[in-house]
Amino acid sequence: MKRVVFTLAAVSSFFAFTSIAAAATLDQVKSKGFVQCGVSQGIIGFSSPDDKGNWTGFDVDFCRALAAAIFNDATKVKFTPLSTKDRFTALQSGEVDLLSRNTTWTLDRDTKMGLNFAGITYYDGQGLMVKKAMKVNSALELSGASVCTQTGTTTELNLADYFRNNKMKYEVVAFATADETLKAYESGRCDVFTTDTSQLYAQKLKLAAPNDHMILPEIISKEPFGPLVRHGDDQWFDIVKWTLYALVNAEDLGITKSNVDEMLKSPSPEVRRALGVEGSSGESLGLTNDWLVRIVKATGNYGEMFERNVGASTPLKIDRGLNKLWSKGGLQYAPPIR
Amino acid sequence: MTDIAKTAPRVRGSLLTDPRVRSLTLQLTLLVLVILAGWFFVENARSNLAARNIATGFGFFNSTAGFGVSQSLIPYSETSTYARAFFVGLLNTLLVSGIGIILATVLGFLVGIARLSKNWLLSKVAEVYVEVIRNLPLLFQILFWYLAVLASLPSPRQSVSFFGLAFFNNRGAVVPEPVFGEGSGVVGIALLAGIVLTLIVRFWARRRQMQTGQIFPLGRLALALIVGLPLVAFIIESAPITFILPELRGFNFAGGIRVIPEFVALLLALSTYTAAFIAEIVRAGILAVNRGQTEAAYSLGLRPGPTLKLVIVPQAMRVIIPPLTSQYLNITKNSSLAVAIGYPDFFALFAGTTLNQTGQAIEIIAITMAVYLAISIFTSVLMNWYNSRMALVER
Repeated sequence: MKRVVFTLAAVSSFFAFTSIAAAATLDQVKSKGFVQCGVSQGIIGFSSPDDKGNWTGFDVDFCRALAAAIFNDATKVKFTPLSTKDRFTALQSGEVDLLSRNTTWTLDRDTKMGLNFAGITYYDGQGLMVKKAMKVNSALELSGASVCTQTGTTTELNLADYFRNNKMKYEVVAFATADETLKAYESGRCDVFTTDTSQLYAQKLKLAAPNDHMILPEIISKEPFGPLVRHGDDQWFDIVKWTLYALVNAEDLGITKSNVDEMLKSPSPEVRRALGVEGSSGESLGLTNDWLVRIVKATGNYGEMFERNVGASTPLKIDRGLNKLWSKGGLQYAPPIR
Repeated sequence: MTDIAKTAPRVRGSLLTDPRVRSLTLQLTLLVLVILAGWFFVENARSNLAARNIATGFGFFNSTAGFGVSQSLIPYSETSTYARAFFVGLLNTLLVSGIGIILATVLGFLVGIARLSKNWLLSKVAEVYVEVIRNLPLLFQILFWYLAVLASLPSPRQSVSFFGLAFFNNRGAVVPEPVFGEGSGVVGIALLAGIVLTLIVRFWARRRQMQTGQIFPLGRLALALIVGLPLVAFIIESAPITFILPELRGFNFAGGIRVIPEFVALLLALSTYTAAFIAEIVRAGILAVNRGQTEAAYSLGLRPGPTLKLVIVPQAMRVIIPPLTSQYLNITKNSSLAVAIGYPDFFALFAGTTLNQTGQAIEIIAITMAVYLAISIFTSVLMNWYNSRMALVER
């Protein structure tokens, strides 16, 4: 009889375990006290550890903004560096709460993989880097070249498409990590190193003689990057999505890290709603009404985040280009907070 | 339960103290628990996949892969399916582990025997080789061959040329590619005939040696048959096989067969690493043969060479084969470290790229496990069969 009871207990504990797995992400994050954020393994300006071991960069700041919105403390976030190969499995299995790394929004990933893209933090395109000594001026002169790239990326697929489309032969050598790929390119195994343009600028800085290499003018693909969450938790999806929109809206409304306290007194109804002086935008998300104030105080608005990490004052000197606000000729646009 | 109860001798007392009932109940409970646990894991995965709308099933095999591969033994292009990419990877793994097994066995036997040599220098060199190679991590050795040795070869434009026929550079080795024209079938048949004739002569020579003790010089005849016959056919058919010479065009060589450096680095690392272990196994096997066997062979007038070949090694093989099987299995499994240097082996192509592009981790990891298991079991079965053939036959 005891054995029967034991078996029943074991079976029922299995079911108990199953139901735990379905709990809301926001509650889980609140109870463990931090956001677990999947980032790339080290791209200068986007996510890389500094000399003190603190993660810095554009993708990292997005997670800090999210932590600020939830906890009013941008440090309550832990980072998991993930390779392109492991990133989706880590998110699917619940090892991380979100991915904030250079991951391209594609239909397959948005549907079949059970993931949701929360918006576009960075509009990018794939570029090609070659040695200046090769005297190549266009990607169309690359027929027969060996190309180093990272495995399991859209880059690998775009490369195949581009060469096939232009009826050029090529050889692809695919590595698991960005560093291995760059090392193989530098050793002369490949004529071309290809990845997203933003990352090309960052990786070029890691080469022994960055000035011996050049980035070809062609952009061979669309690469919209954004944070991702799992299917099945709409509240968490909304929070991540609106953290991005908060950053863009803040820039749009002229709210910056330094003037956010003054802006609380602003008569503009749009600003008052955004900052939670009027309305209850934060509560609708399951956060507090000063959520946007918390975000901007922690990381600044979208434009500040961009300039601080990858803009003209940094070694990367990336032009904002497509990432300018819609009102300034770019593509960054956010729905209104109301 | 009733069957056992009938045949079992009646034991006094309650069912609770009956050892048969107790053990049966325990085993049944365990079985139920194992089935429940298995069911739980399957059900848990299924419901979670469904809740998150993650695609399941094996339909992805028929979709277009869309990525390129640097080495393929069967025709493959970006428009091929994932199923084809699966076979490309599998063949690449089998190629590197198959050649690796042959090289490691030859090198391992040579080094193992050299370690037992009376020549001080030779045995010390073998000892240093074994101790250095087997005490360094394999991944390190793969990266050493790839980044330190092969990457330091010159670029394609400054290739090391071998009489203008073969070229070596940091993109690998390029050798002439044979083109089989009309009449090349005759050459093939001649080669086959040469091999068959050699085998027949060898069979006859063995029997004659058993009966009369006379040794037949097989080596020269075999050379004449296997090389000479096809050569004669080649001349009679007025050179049906031609070669395309590699030629530098643009960035790389065009024409010819290219061996990629990733393959060479992986093969060198795998075979030298495993050879060090095989050398120790061979040494142990030879030392396990009683010293009296050598003395008996010498007293019969056999020289050291034939003694080793005819008396020692056949007996040593019985000790060598079982641990040798493990080393062969290790080579196949270790070849998955290829992912570090971008060699498109099964693991890199299927459990890496394909998994990432389709996102179907559970199916792909399960298939990957099944494939490695199948390769290993096949190797084991083959080696066990060989072992039973070599086993001591008692008369």
